[in-house]
Amino acid sequence: MKVTFPHMGNLYICVKGMLEFLDIEVILPPASSKRTLTLGAKYSPEFACMPLKLNLGNLIEASELGADTIMMAGGCGPCRFGYYAQIEHSILQDLGYKYNLVVLEPPEKHITELTSRVRQITGKKSWWKVIQAIKYGYLKSRAVDEVELMSFKIRPRELVTGETDRALAEALKEIDRAGNMQELKLAEVRGKEIMNDVAVDSRRPVIKVALTGEIFTLLEPFANLNIERHLGRLAVEVDRSIYLSEWINDHLFMGLLKGIRSTKEYCRSAAPYLNHFVGGHGLETVGSIPVYARQGYAGVIQVFPFTCMPEIVAESILPKVSAANDIPVMTLIMDEHTGEAGMVTRLEAFVDLLERRQNRGYTMKNAK
Amino acid sequence: MPAGVGIPRALLYYYYYPLWKEFFKTLGCEVIISDKTNKAILNDGLSHCVDEACLPVKLAFGHVLNLAAKKVDYIFIPRLVSVAKGEYICPKFLGFPDMVKHSLTGLPEIIDVTINMRLKHRELSKAYTQVGKLFTGNRVKIWQAYRRGEKALKRYNQLLLEGCLPEEAFAVMEGKQKQSKLNSHDLKIAVIGHPYNIYDPYISMNIIKRLNSMGARVVTADQLPEEVVRREAANLPKKLFWTLGQRMVGAGYSFVKDNNIDGIINIVAFACGPDSMTGELIARSSRKAGQTPFLNLTLDEHTGEAGVVTRIEAFLDMVRWKKSQQAAGLGSA
Repeated sequence: MKVTFPHMGNLYICVKGMLEFLDIEVILPPASSKRTLTLGAKYSPEFACMPLKLNLGNLIEASELGADTIMMAGGCGPCRFGYYAQIEHSILQDLGYKYNLVVLEPPEKHITELTSRVRQITGKKSWWKVIQAIKYGYLKSRAVDEVELMSFKIRPRELVTGETDRALAEALKEIDRAGNMQELKLAEVRGKEIMNDVAVDSRRPVIKVALTGEIFTLLEPFANLNIERHLGRLAVEVDRSIYLSEWINDHLFMGLLKGIRSTKEYCRSAAPYLNHFVGGHGLETVGSIPVYARQGYAGVIQVFPFTCMPEIVAESILPKVSAANDIPVMTLIMDEHTGEAGMVTRLEAFVDLLERRQNRGYTMKNAK
Repeated sequence: MPAGVGIPRALLYYYYYPLWKEFFKTLGCEVIISDKTNKAILNDGLSHCVDEACLPVKLAFGHVLNLAAKKVDYIFIPRLVSVAKGEYICPKFLGFPDMVKHSLTGLPEIIDVTINMRLKHRELSKAYTQVGKLFTGNRVKIWQAYRRGEKALKRYNQLLLEGCLPEEAFAVMEGKQKQSKLNSHDLKIAVIGHPYNIYDPYISMNIIKRLNSMGARVVTADQLPEEVVRREAANLPKKLFWTLGQRMVGAGYSFVKDNNIDGIINIVAFACGPDSMTGELIARSSRKAGQTPFLNLTLDEHTGEAGVVTRIEAFLDMVRWKKSQQAAGLGSA
């Protein structure tokens, strides 16, 4: 059995770690590229959202490398993602790719549905070992998030352009390479050292901008056209409303681990504007704006794939939220036609606006 | 003066209007529905809604504005989260009342009660009680109104099963029109799509009447009994969590197998999330079966009528040609 799964940013580090902990052979699809998207868009339904198209492209490319089993997450709506695995599988079947599909999702009737699916992947390994593997995967995602968070602070202040990206790639490689718990601990320390070695100008003025929106486009740099990197180079310190490890804790562990950031706060803050869960991360997107405004961010950028239903609901409410909390919000919608240069121009204009707003606020305060 | 409750002629109006109307009337309200869709209503909706929303949601915005202009006291926009156990409608339906409230100004009071039967069926009568309390303190009267509404809905669903189209059924129920006898048509065409797309003559380019006048009898998913739809939809690898999508896929699967159906037209609204998935499922099953001709029509606010007409004409020509070939083939064999 050669297991593969679609890409979502650095998710592969954590899932691959988890599977290899259980001695399962993993075939990683090549990183998402133009070819992936072209393949995916060619065979996907026309106005399916971009994550589906990229997923499909990943799975086609993984099959070319010999993968024979897909492991995917599922859901029970109302966001389309809940039906991704089934649609992608039927498209692949019609195209003649031979794949065995294992979907890990909340069971419809009984918990044994889920456990038997997990067994399909893990074979005869003990549940204790499986739990250990999940914990290991989670710790990897924590390590990844730690170095990513550092990169958000370092990138706008780097002395040599591109140094942060190089260091981040190196740090991630260290974490990916770690083969057991002890090695992972060391790799995390080494990763942080690598990040700290980047030469920075700590007195450079930066402005803070938060990215919010749909999870896939936020986490997958190919889908968001490297928005974090572009913002960093415009001297913007970025934060993201969703981190992989937080998402795992909130949704898979049901918030079991206390003391780390949770998206629950966003849901609470959404109340006056959006009063009901709308699937995906629509509610969190709306609620993240007041939270970021309170934390003193200069602006927020909402990112989502074209036709994403929950985010469209959020988008239509955001102008009100933005005005009520006195924080500029820009929406960027991604699809297979989005050009990087066009996005960079919009980012530059937005950052200009934020800077001017901040300076004006400063002089007005001084005048008083 | 009785309170005027406005109901937009959009979205699930085509499924629940008889219930809503009877309910509010029994409570002593005057029920006002928005005008039939026209260019002005659609344009109004387009200019007040985010670009990315789908056509039906944009249109619903237009109908809400139309009601506001009629100076109604309330607009009834329930938050339809779920109308069946374990299922949803669609994220935009979940957020629709909030989208309206935060995008439009100068609206009358909005009744946005949440109807969520995902976990418990009982939630439904609770929701109606909540609405009823706005107009009367008398719980018995509310209960009575709800029961009468339910009865009207039952009658309406029966009329649909007998082959009536929604607007026709509404007229029959009001006694304005006799149930029309079905004319003889040489073709039977199944039209699959969300009710608010196929039954709104302006949005669907009057497709049903047009097919009728071209000699085709139209069957829709709503004329199939619930059991058939659910049974067919059970063939899916996983239960579909959209109620409307489930109806469309179940009906699609059933039409694909039905030898009396000469052709299937699938109508989807551009950028509709569920449609992008269900349309794919229906098209794939129809292609696999390889029996019934299948036409996929995507609608948006730019769709030109002439283009749609041409495609329907060509489709019917093809269906007729296939039928005559088959007849000839059978004759010679």
